[in-house]
Amino acid sequence: MSKLRYERPVIKKLETGMPNKFGSRMDYEPVTNIDGVAVSRLIKEYGSPLFVLSERMIRASMKKAKRAFENRYPKVQFAWSYKTNYLNAVCRIFHQEGSWAEVVSGFEYDKAIGLGIDGRKIIFNGPDKSEEDLTKAILNDSLIHIDHLDELYTITELCDTLKKRPRVAIRVNMDTGVYPMWDRFGFNYENGQAWDAINKIMHTGKMDLVGLHCHIGTFMLSPNAYAVAATKLAELALALEQKFKHEIRYIDMGGGFASKNTLKGSYLPGSDTNPSFNDFAEAITTALINSNFQKDKLPLLILETGRALIDDAGFLLGTVISNKRSSTGRRNTIIDVGINILFTSFWYDHKITPAQSFTQYTEDTCVYGPLCMNIDVVRESTSLPLLNKGEHVVIHNVGAYNMTQWMQFIKFRPNVVLIDMDEKPHLIREKESISNLNDLEQVPPHLMTF
Amino acid sequence: MKLRKNVAVSESGLLFNPVTGESYSVNPIGVEIINLLRDEKTMEQIGAVILEKYNTDQSTFEKDFHDFVGILYHHNLIETHEEANG
Repeated sequence: MSKLRYERPVIKKLETGMPNKFGSRMDYEPVTNIDGVAVSRLIKEYGSPLFVLSERMIRASMKKAKRAFENRYPKVQFAWSYKTNYLNAVCRIFHQEGSWAEVVSGFEYDKAIGLGIDGRKIIFNGPDKSEEDLTKAILNDSLIHIDHLDELYTITELCDTLKKRPRVAIRVNMDTGVYPMWDRFGFNYENGQAWDAINKIMHTGKMDLVGLHCHIGTFMLSPNAYAVAATKLAELALALEQKFKHEIRYIDMGGGFASKNTLKGSYLPGSDTNPSFNDFAEAITTALINSNFQKDKLPLLILETGRALIDDAGFLLGTVISNKRSSTGRRNTIIDVGINILFTSFWYDHKITPAQSFTQYTEDTCVYGPLCMNIDVVRESTSLPLLNKGEHVVIHNVGAYNMTQWMQFIKFRPNVVLIDMDEKPHLIREKESISNLNDLEQVPPHLMTF
Repeated sequence: MKLRKNVAVSESGLLFNPVTGESYSVNPIGVEIINLLRDEKTMEQIGAVILEKYNTDQSTFEKDFHDFVGILYHHNLIETHEEANG
């Protein structure tokens, strides 16, 4: 006779009448597979921890976003935000879906060119563009979004040196009614810096001012802030047209749309409360259509949303290392997923689901990672079913930023797998090894022996 | 170790301590262990029953058993040594 599945004994005090701030357990089903591929098979073949990306979900998000904007506005262009996830396979999916590239550094720029993107379809943002970076961008006729006056003057000099007329836009920061107001990047709208920059560009006569750009914040929960921003950019564009008889080609609203993750401290889950693409599209396009642009002169609307397009398509599989008790009797569970590869656990309450069947019994659990660092906390408090050592968990909504902001710290970065449209897994980034760590180092001769 | 006399536990896993008026939810393996403790079985005897019935190993059982008994002590459901020795 086969033995019954073991579950550790557990006793939980019933506290009737005490509302649970963290809500009841929402999941009654384990996540045993992702896009038809068993979690146990993925871990067996590729190890644990393991990042898994769903091509199907990425393409579905992209289609949903495009539909939301294209149904409401005649000219829309998405540009994939490389910093959100610049794995080559991921970038290629977005480029296949028609996205341009939005880069913020020299190496991201080189990555886009290396992937075969037409230089004219690269938007170059960011405060640190070297002379070399700018030269490349000018020669490739890329769209350079100017962040500060020093950059403007460098470009002005390069115009003479290279005898080229670059296509530029300015980044505009502004008060959109949200806190914190992002005013670190670009030129301020309210105090006249943006208008001043526009005038300087127009008076040089050496470059084409083709667009106006803003990026008002990150994980924005208020679509109305985008409406305010779109209105202010439209006003700038119309003032430019009036003074210089110059029409800009596009308005770039940047990114910052919230994904379905849940911010720490939120009372309700992000999947229920965060605005949808339709909400953001309605706010932005209504503001542009209601502005004083003539119907046939509406500028192209560019969107650089990253997080909302890929966060939900990323999963992080992990394995339980141990169950412990804290000094106060709280359940502590250690898993092999650390904050070095899950940077976003600093601000999200990531949903964690067991990858195998479980009973209705749960414990309030603190989930720790494997690092020998006190801050390595994946979830401070969550109601989890009883997990045994060696069992697997699936951490949800990890597709954005974790595969770019991750670091080799105590543990190496793990394999990344993409599951294609035919439910076939592909290794798209190999896990690191000791040679990745040591190959870049050099030891002075006098330290060779000890 | 000995379960307090008045502690009542149902088959469905509802445990009630009439001394404090507090109720608890216990999973099926927990109920089995509590009933064996009530019968004053030793850890070795309880382990034999659990290992016979469930798919686990000795060290996992022992670790979880000590953890569970620790929580029973924490909730004052088990008599202390002093109480047990009169």
